[in-house]
Amino acid sequence: MATINVKRKKLNFLERIYLPEVFRGMAITSWHFFKNIAFHLLRAIGFKHLRGAVTYQYPEEQRPMSKRTRTRHRLTQREDGSPRCVACMMCETVCPARCIYIVAKENPDPNIEKMPASFDIDLGKCVYCGFCVEACPEDAIRMDTQIVDIAAYSREGMYYTMDELLHPEKHGDKILSDPKKPK
Amino acid sequence: MTLSPELISGIGQIVAVCAFFLGCLLLSGVLTWVERKQSAVMQDRIGANRAKIFGLRMFGLFHIIADAVKMLAKENFIPKNADKLLYQLAPIVSLFFALIAFSAIPFGDTLVLGDIRIPLQGLNLNIGLLYIFAMLSLGVYGVILGGFSSQSNYSFLGGLRAISQLISYEITIGASIVGLVMVYGTLNINELVYVQGEYLWGWVPKWGIVVQPAAFFIFLTAAIAENKRIPFDLPEGESEIVGYFLEYSGMRFGLFFLTDFLELILIACLLATLFFGGWQVPGLFADGFHWFNGAVLHLPALLITLIRVLAMITKILFFCWFLMVIRWTLPRFRYDQLMHLGWTILFPLSIANILITGIVLLFIK
Repeated sequence: MATINVKRKKLNFLERIYLPEVFRGMAITSWHFFKNIAFHLLRAIGFKHLRGAVTYQYPEEQRPMSKRTRTRHRLTQREDGSPRCVACMMCETVCPARCIYIVAKENPDPNIEKMPASFDIDLGKCVYCGFCVEACPEDAIRMDTQIVDIAAYSREGMYYTMDELLHPEKHGDKILSDPKKPK
Repeated sequence: MTLSPELISGIGQIVAVCAFFLGCLLLSGVLTWVERKQSAVMQDRIGANRAKIFGLRMFGLFHIIADAVKMLAKENFIPKNADKLLYQLAPIVSLFFALIAFSAIPFGDTLVLGDIRIPLQGLNLNIGLLYIFAMLSLGVYGVILGGFSSQSNYSFLGGLRAISQLISYEITIGASIVGLVMVYGTLNINELVYVQGEYLWGWVPKWGIVVQPAAFFIFLTAAIAENKRIPFDLPEGESEIVGYFLEYSGMRFGLFFLTDFLELILIACLLATLFFGGWQVPGLFADGFHWFNGAVLHLPALLITLIRVLAMITKILFFCWFLMVIRWTLPRFRYDQLMHLGWTILFPLSIANILITGIVLLFIK
């Protein structure tokens, strides 16, 4: 059986009588106390760049995220506002959670073959892997809305239709504000 | 009917003492907020600030009200097999003895208004010091009753831990102040404060911390252990082990909680009174400030009394802050370490302190 010899630090006299170490600890915590109080006061009188705490007060104040963070999906648009999506079904195929549902239809523009009649994502199933973004040949789907507070009172509430995906700014807070949203 | 000066000063004393008690009770409520906020600031956080009334947050001060409302509105559960009377009595006993101990604390000099002399102290006992420690010891009965009357194995174990800890440290707390009593030669707290207004070699205030520094540290440690707060919170151990008030809920738990903070204030009062001169301010005599060069700044007697009361309040608030810093800095002791510290280190040290104080006093006199 293997034995692990734990090397314990030999305490010197001052450390063993404990009192100086107590004062050292209290000096550290009190230093933080007075420094943070000073920062809070300076912030209150106008020095907005000083922060007395590392806390982000979440609903009002969101923690800055990296641009690359995979957040809620959106569908990109053409100049006329129609979706860039050509309903090639690549994302629906690659999706490991099978949460993308596309129904294709003919595109009125003769240069483009198809466009989606409906493009739904069930965010209750989505695993945010980003494969749909990788697979898309048309840059039609992106995960860069920076919206992460996705929650709903029902499974139906997590189901996003094409209009909501095309205009995330319009529906940014739709889920929590309306618990009984009809699908 | 004319009011005699004695009657007026009696009424004045009642009013002053009531104000002091009310202040202490309010402070114990505010300390729940201070504890949250101070720990938050010490740990680079913001702390509880979400309780809102009319859109006002007031830095989380409304959490005190929210806590009180929650405690009052919660179910007051009594376990089926519990001893109903003792179970309901325990928190009241705890709170009662913590509260009446305050009556012997002098929070200011005698207030003189013409003929009327109002002593700013509830009870001027010649054994005031013993009285306070007796009340502190009786407060332990609340803990014992709480632990034993619940008829729950966990609160029983918590009660056992509490008793052995509190009884052990009570001996130390008593022994640590004997040296102080020997130096000042009195058990009357009021006189104790008066004597601390004297000066050693003409300029060092004869405070307890100066003449008995070892006793200060022993008393401080034992007092925190008596108060059952971190690093000695084994009777409660909020986060890991359940304590003697496990079965309590609602306002009965709230009373235990309040007692904790009242005892904290009491210890802050004792530290200020016994070791930091009570209401004495260095250089401030009955006729005004005396500077080092002998110049005297004359002040009216009323202002001096006010300054002294304010000094006492400042000292109490400082020690409340100080005890909070200790509570949020040090990790908890293991139970064997606690007993080791109490019986083999602090208790012999306090006895040695008595011995050395006695020898030194013998040589001085």
